Amino acid sequence: MNVNEYIFFAGFVILQFVVLATAWNILGGYAGYVNFGVPAFIAVGAYSAVVLFKSISAPLVVQIIGGGILAGLLGLMVGLLTLKLRGIFFSIATVAVVFILETVVMNWRYVGGATGLQLTRPPDLWIFDTYTRMLFFVMAVLAVCSVSIARYIQDSFLGRGLRAVRDSEEAAECSGVPTLKIKLIACTISGALMGVAGAPMPMYLSYIEPTATFNLNYSISALGMPIIGGTSHWIGPVIGALLLATIQQIVTVTVSNELNVLVVGVLLVLFVVLAPDGILGLIKKWKQSSK
Amino acid sequence: MISIDLLFEAVLFGILLGCFYAAVSLGLSVAFGLLDVPYVAHPALLILGSYFTFLLSKTGLDPIICGLLLMPVFYLIGIALYRFYYETFERRSSDTGVRGLAFFFGIAFIIEVCLILVFGVDQRTVSATYIGSSLEIGEYRFPYRMLVAFGIAIFLTTLLTLYFSKTFNGRAIKAVGQDEGALRLMGANPVKIKQLAFGIATAVNALAGAMLIIVGPVEPAMDRIYIGRTFCVVVLAGLGSMSGTLVAGLILGIAESVVMMTLGASWAPAVSFGLLLLMLGIRPQGLFGR
Repeated sequence: MNVNEYIFFAGFVILQFVVLATAWNILGGYAGYVNFGVPAFIAVGAYSAVVLFKSISAPLVVQIIGGGILAGLLGLMVGLLTLKLRGIFFSIATVAVVFILETVVMNWRYVGGATGLQLTRPPDLWIFDTYTRMLFFVMAVLAVCSVSIARYIQDSFLGRGLRAVRDSEEAAECSGVPTLKIKLIACTISGALMGVAGAPMPMYLSYIEPTATFNLNYSISALGMPIIGGTSHWIGPVIGALLLATIQQIVTVTVSNELNVLVVGVLLVLFVVLAPDGILGLIKKWKQSSK
Repeated sequence: MISIDLLFEAVLFGILLGCFYAAVSLGLSVAFGLLDVPYVAHPALLILGSYFTFLLSKTGLDPIICGLLLMPVFYLIGIALYRFYYETFERRSSDTGVRGLAFFFGIAFIIEVCLILVFGVDQRTVSATYIGSSLEIGEYRFPYRMLVAFGIAIFLTTLLTLYFSKTFNGRAIKAVGQDEGALRLMGANPVKIKQLAFGIATAVNALAGAMLIIVGPVEPAMDRIYIGRTFCVVVLAGLGSMSGTLVAGLILGIAESVVMMTLGASWAPAVSFGLLLLMLGIRPQGLFGR
């Protein structure tokens, strides 16, 4: 096949953001708990993959599963620690997790410390022409899986419980919703999916380094995309991620890396102020007025 | 092994550092501690204050004077920001939690990226006669820049404590955090009072920003680490207590200084975030909380 390799390179990032936005929305959109600590989960996924690769040269699938499990455990731990915290306290606690883990990794020689670690990709290509194409395919599968999970959760007992928690935690508890349990489950699933999205990163870049991995820019994107798309339905984060990540890729190539953060920031503020229900809300309004 | 002498020096430096941390957190203590506004953009505005000081000081003015001159400007920025927040979120009272947080988080990133686009990612410093030299007492050296920050910190804390306990408006600000309805019954407009408080919180940030660039070089992405330091101090203090803020700042300053001395500077960022997480996990209402 004679397709520009860059399509796969950029497509990987866009699909990665579909996973991240979907994962963020399970906790942030359904339950109303704003997670600022997205890079912590990505990094746990990525660094687990690095350790698995370096120690036993585990294949990519094992790296992804390992990263997902550890990030899920981190989600559970964050959930346990912040059980009683709401609103901004929860959000600030998640930021704290990012910086604490970053400091630990910075001082951890085995995974390269502050300078980072160069990784050599294994020649294993499966049925693909290049390694990037294989990673693109893997990320596409992960995106489909995570969106399916989010879609399943939305109409399940868990989803209804989380929405009850968002509207009023006290009322939910009084009506017999096991709020603590479902919050912990949501934290774990959300964290695990973010870890899964981060696990292929070291192989994608053939390199890992803490400052870029623990970058809070991931937070603003993973939070901005669902809010811009619409948080009430599983398709919202998908729309937001596809749209914004594509814009970001174009902006990164044509203008600069800084500007793509600005794009998300400005759009996020505009949507939060002018269209609180995101693109989905706008579509709904438009449908109603055209009737 | 760490000698007692070195430890003593670390504690001394920690006290200076702690007062500095208290001063950069005062604005947040008012905006978040007293008013319950999820003001995540506070550290970004702090850095903005530093950069404005940097610009003004190019004219040859002393950085402290620059900070003082910027206070009215930041007062207006604060009022505008609160007015906007109130009109779009608080008045509609529609799910302020998620959207209010996302709003201020977005603002913080916009400020940071704009600073990068205008000034670049390089570190910036200001110059003044007291930067670079130290006061020597016996075998201990106190950098003048830290002493200046120490002075400003004490001045600001005293001023705010007096303002909140002695004046009508100050007491009203304290009251609005406790019971808005009661304040309305007393014939004061809670929105105007909150607006005033937010203006003061942001104005204090201008001087704190000037102090930040006096103490050391400033770069646009620095607001991220200061999320930890400022929120750590405010949560540790118990929301909205001014004297508590000073004590909490001292605790953080000494802890950071001792960790830097014993484990090395690369562990310093974890101190504030670690203390913050510990506090949130064990006692979210803070040491001196209501």
